[in-house]
Amino acid sequence: MALSKDSGKGRARASLPPWFKTTVLTLGSIAVTMLGLLFVTFIIGRVMPIDPVLAIVGERASQSTYDAVFLELGLDKPLVVQFAYYIWDVLQLDFGTSLLNARPVSEDIARVFPATLELATLGIFIGIVIGVPLGVVAAARKGSWIDQLARVLALVGYSMPIFWLGLMGLLIFYGILGWVGGPGRVGIFYVDVVPSVTGLILVDAAIDGNWDVFRDAFSHIILPASLLGYFSLAYISRMTRSFMLEQLSAEYITTARVKGMSEWDVIWKHAFKNIRVQLITVIALSYANLLEGSVLTEIIFSWPGIGSYITTALLSADMNAVLGGTVVVGLIFILLNIFSDLLYKVFDPRAK
Amino acid sequence: MNTFAKLLTGAALGLAVSVTSFAAVAETPANMLVIAHRIDDVTTIDPAESFEFAGSDISRNVYNRLVSLDPNDLAVGYKPDLAESWDVSEDGKTITFTMREGVTFHSGNPVTAEDAAFSLQRAVILNKTPAFILTQFGFTPENATETIRADGNTLVITTDKRYATSFVLNCLTATIGAVVDKATVMANEVDGDMGNEWLKTNSAGSGPYKLDSWKPNESVTLSSNPDYYGGAPAMERVIVRHVIESASQRLLLERGDIDVARNLNPEDIAGASQVDGVKIEDELKGRLMYVALNQKHPELSKPEVRQAFKYLIDYEGMRDSFLKGQYTIHQNFLPATYLGASEENPFSYNIEKAKELLAAAGVENLEVEIGVREAQERIEIGQSFQNAAAQAGIKVNITVGTAKQILARYRARELDVYLGAWGPDYPDPQTNAGTFAYNPDNSDAAQATGLLAWRNSWDTGGLTEKVEAAVIENDRDTRVQMYQDIQAEFRETSPFVIMFQQIEQSALRDNVTDWSTGQAVTSAAYWQVTK
Amino acid sequence: MAEQTLRAWLLTDTPTSRRHAKLSALYQGWLSFRSNTMAMIGLGILLALVLVAAAAPILSPHDPFAQDLGNRLAPLGTDGHVLGTDSLGRDILSRLIYGARITLYIVALVALIAPVVGLLVGTVSGYLGGWIDIVLMRITDIFLAFPRLVLALAFVAALGAGIENAVIAISLTAWPPYARIARAETLTIRSSDYISAIKLQGAGGLRIITKHIWPLCVSSLIVRVTLDMAGIILAAAGLGFLGLGAQPPSPEWGAMISEGRRFILDHWWVATMPGLAIFTVSLAFNLLGDGLRDVLDPKAGE
Repeated sequence: MALSKDSGKGRARASLPPWFKTTVLTLGSIAVTMLGLLFVTFIIGRVMPIDPVLAIVGERASQSTYDAVFLELGLDKPLVVQFAYYIWDVLQLDFGTSLLNARPVSEDIARVFPATLELATLGIFIGIVIGVPLGVVAAARKGSWIDQLARVLALVGYSMPIFWLGLMGLLIFYGILGWVGGPGRVGIFYVDVVPSVTGLILVDAAIDGNWDVFRDAFSHIILPASLLGYFSLAYISRMTRSFMLEQLSAEYITTARVKGMSEWDVIWKHAFKNIRVQLITVIALSYANLLEGSVLTEIIFSWPGIGSYITTALLSADMNAVLGGTVVVGLIFILLNIFSDLLYKVFDPRAK
Repeated sequence: MNTFAKLLTGAALGLAVSVTSFAAVAETPANMLVIAHRIDDVTTIDPAESFEFAGSDISRNVYNRLVSLDPNDLAVGYKPDLAESWDVSEDGKTITFTMREGVTFHSGNPVTAEDAAFSLQRAVILNKTPAFILTQFGFTPENATETIRADGNTLVITTDKRYATSFVLNCLTATIGAVVDKATVMANEVDGDMGNEWLKTNSAGSGPYKLDSWKPNESVTLSSNPDYYGGAPAMERVIVRHVIESASQRLLLERGDIDVARNLNPEDIAGASQVDGVKIEDELKGRLMYVALNQKHPELSKPEVRQAFKYLIDYEGMRDSFLKGQYTIHQNFLPATYLGASEENPFSYNIEKAKELLAAAGVENLEVEIGVREAQERIEIGQSFQNAAAQAGIKVNITVGTAKQILARYRARELDVYLGAWGPDYPDPQTNAGTFAYNPDNSDAAQATGLLAWRNSWDTGGLTEKVEAAVIENDRDTRVQMYQDIQAEFRETSPFVIMFQQIEQSALRDNVTDWSTGQAVTSAAYWQVTK
Repeated sequence: MAEQTLRAWLLTDTPTSRRHAKLSALYQGWLSFRSNTMAMIGLGILLALVLVAAAAPILSPHDPFAQDLGNRLAPLGTDGHVLGTDSLGRDILSRLIYGARITLYIVALVALIAPVVGLLVGTVSGYLGGWIDIVLMRITDIFLAFPRLVLALAFVAALGAGIENAVIAISLTAWPPYARIARAETLTIRSSDYISAIKLQGAGGLRIITKHIWPLCVSSLIVRVTLDMAGIILAAAGLGFLGLGAQPPSPEWGAMISEGRRFILDHWWVATMPGLAIFTVSLAFNLLGDGLRDVLDPKAGE
């Protein structure tokens, strides 16, 4: 309804179709943000007191070796020129080669990003499947034991240092009980067994029909994913609860109740329906956060994801890798944001 | 109920229980060796460029050299490898190597003298970081094709001066001495880079293993070369997996998911050694831990102050606590097991003595900055030192940074004090003598950033000439004595407080035999390992 | 008796002056806050933390920097070291107590910097609109789109490791959400009749922002900051964990965990004690934040 009204207005005003204008504006704002993102990262990389040349040549290098690499990297040119070169390359989808391992950065990212994607997706899935119902029930039974439980779960989740929990989880479920796989994405026997199609091992194994690999990969991913899931669950359940409370105190709910509608219908068919958009925004935000890669979790579980990739690169002055990683993560963040903005515009009648 | 009870027990004991496997221990396949190691230092595997520990491990197993070290008998020194024999000319400047017949590269190409000459020339011409190991003999990119050349089945190299033959051959056992497959490498040449870009991530060797894959910060996979001239290795596949945390490595080992854990800390070694099916093997490595005092600093350059710092290290306290089992006290620049190494360790922890020396130098209220790399054991050594110095009235401020941050300032001669580690580059005393006690030009303009003495602005007080003399001495016993003398003087006068020598503790599943990380002289070897 | 009258004065339905009304509102807020047990627990913990930090020299049984290599990794309940000792034989309890000062320092600084920057950017952007709004919001977006840890890491790496730089880095990553909130609030307030009325009276932009918009934004920001505090403490601990926070031998809790994690399998308490301390303080901030939200911003909570 809101949609048709909105677009009707737009058509009357402009000669170009409104979707065109919106698209151009959106793309423009993405471009500006990305450029800013790159610029800030680039500057950081240049002011950092880590010497990229030294990172490549190492401690023993003679001065002549050092100087040769310095020129090779183009570090003698002015900053603006270096930045312009970089942007030019990026526009051609060339992120350069990693200074440290001599591979194209895009190849590296294609390798590490699926690892994070797989982990984050399973994590957010766990967060949604448990967090949303928990939040709804907590709101519906405000003050009950389940509300208190949800509250405690969330507070603990907000307050727990993640790597401590990770190490303990690894110790108990892997070390003592042997219920889950250890650090890494798959057991050693299964490394490179299934052909990499998507880079997501669970999906690749399913495509290949190799259920041994699937089981093994699942046993490796479940612990870190549950951990991340727990942290997003904490956030999602709290937000769900608070959105639901707002709806449940609204007049139309009272009216529905007075009309004798069952509590189940009141909650799920009316109140919940109205919080969907807000909820998706919240979920998109937590998903974006997980996709940045949880560095500490990745370190503990030897998970070769993008978070630890960017961190390692940053600490060793591998700026091409840092810039490439930042672009990817930034882009995802921006896209998810735009996605939830769009949802708002389309479904929320209150938004202008 | 049973598992639940176990969980409770585990939790109730505060999780302090050692991880004695309640659950069944897994096992790796009999023909596969799985190693957990930190491999984030691998930046390239081109032997002309590779210079880090984990990279050298790969290279040692993938490439052969003219002469090399036998992992089962390292004490004997270099042995023939691709070179069957060698002759030294009268003037001691020319060495002629006769190549072994019938050896082939992984590509199937035969290994020839031409390949060997190409490999060494290539390393000199590319002039990457480790090139100094070869160029110190007078090879330059300009003269490389004349000084290193193939002649039929022989390789002839000509040095600029007469050097101890053992010195030259020892250098050829280093990674940079690896012989690469010329035809394969040149087929992958781009813009005249002599295949450098390609070899960074691929291999072209003749060694017992070939490289299947190297995924940075993830894993290295090797598979055996069935046609290896020394016989096909028992382990058909070797996987080195990047695991950062000691605790994670230990869990993997105790669960039987890996065969070797290489980075366990002393506490985890102690814990793992209690577990059935795990054994610990110690190997003395060449790495030294030292504190260096910048001689540009007006107070630190006083002889008494240099001496005082040598009494401000709690050598035994540290060795017996957080360094337990992984470092031994060593106060000389040549690591134990090296030719000419000295066992003299005259300094002990003595605050009073240090105070006297500082008073004698008239030093009061000294405040210095010490640069420490972000590694737990070094931060702890730094804190222990800080604590001792405080008792002698010196305020030490610790600056922790990543390796590259601290190193850049050290090389620029900017740090007051540096806490660092140094590992030898090749198994000859010159490797350390030539950096700790050698500094021909102490001026800032010299930019001799590779020399530790230069980095600390120390003119070596005459040791430079003695080092130069020792490296060309061909009589073994005389050479030993020369190094002994240099080190005796160095101990007393140098601004280096050498503290410890590293012991590498590998934790192994007990069915693994003949494991070797190469001791003080070389890198890890896998082909002799059996299970 | 006097108390009774004060109470009555505070609870009056007919305030006699503007100050009276304000105080009365504050008091009623306090009453409702006081009835929230969880929030009171949170407040209690934080007050205790402040006391502990202030009285650190009196409370701590040992010098937090005194090493004793012969007595390292002593277990819980050892004579003289209730919480055991760390890798260099230092008393963990004493280090925790002194570490409370560092934690408070971090919290106070970030709480001062981030929301103020956010408030400034958000209100200016929201009130002035137009190009300024577009530019400021783009900048906000850029900082939001940055991977947070990368930004913090990069700044610490650029400025050098240390507690002040860690604070600045965390503040840098923390301000954009505040700017967004402040802007949203400003937009609603700006179009209200109340602001129009003030404008008609001839008040200037600066005056309207500082005198009328800021006070209205503050309550929601306070709630948000309190709830974020836990995240900030954890972020500081994370930087300490990565060796980029406080420099040794400073007893910063995150750095203590980082030092202790090596022993997690056999000497679990070394990492767990500072972990518990961080957990407790984070929890306290969350409880307090929940309570404050109920009082100051009832719509968002229950």
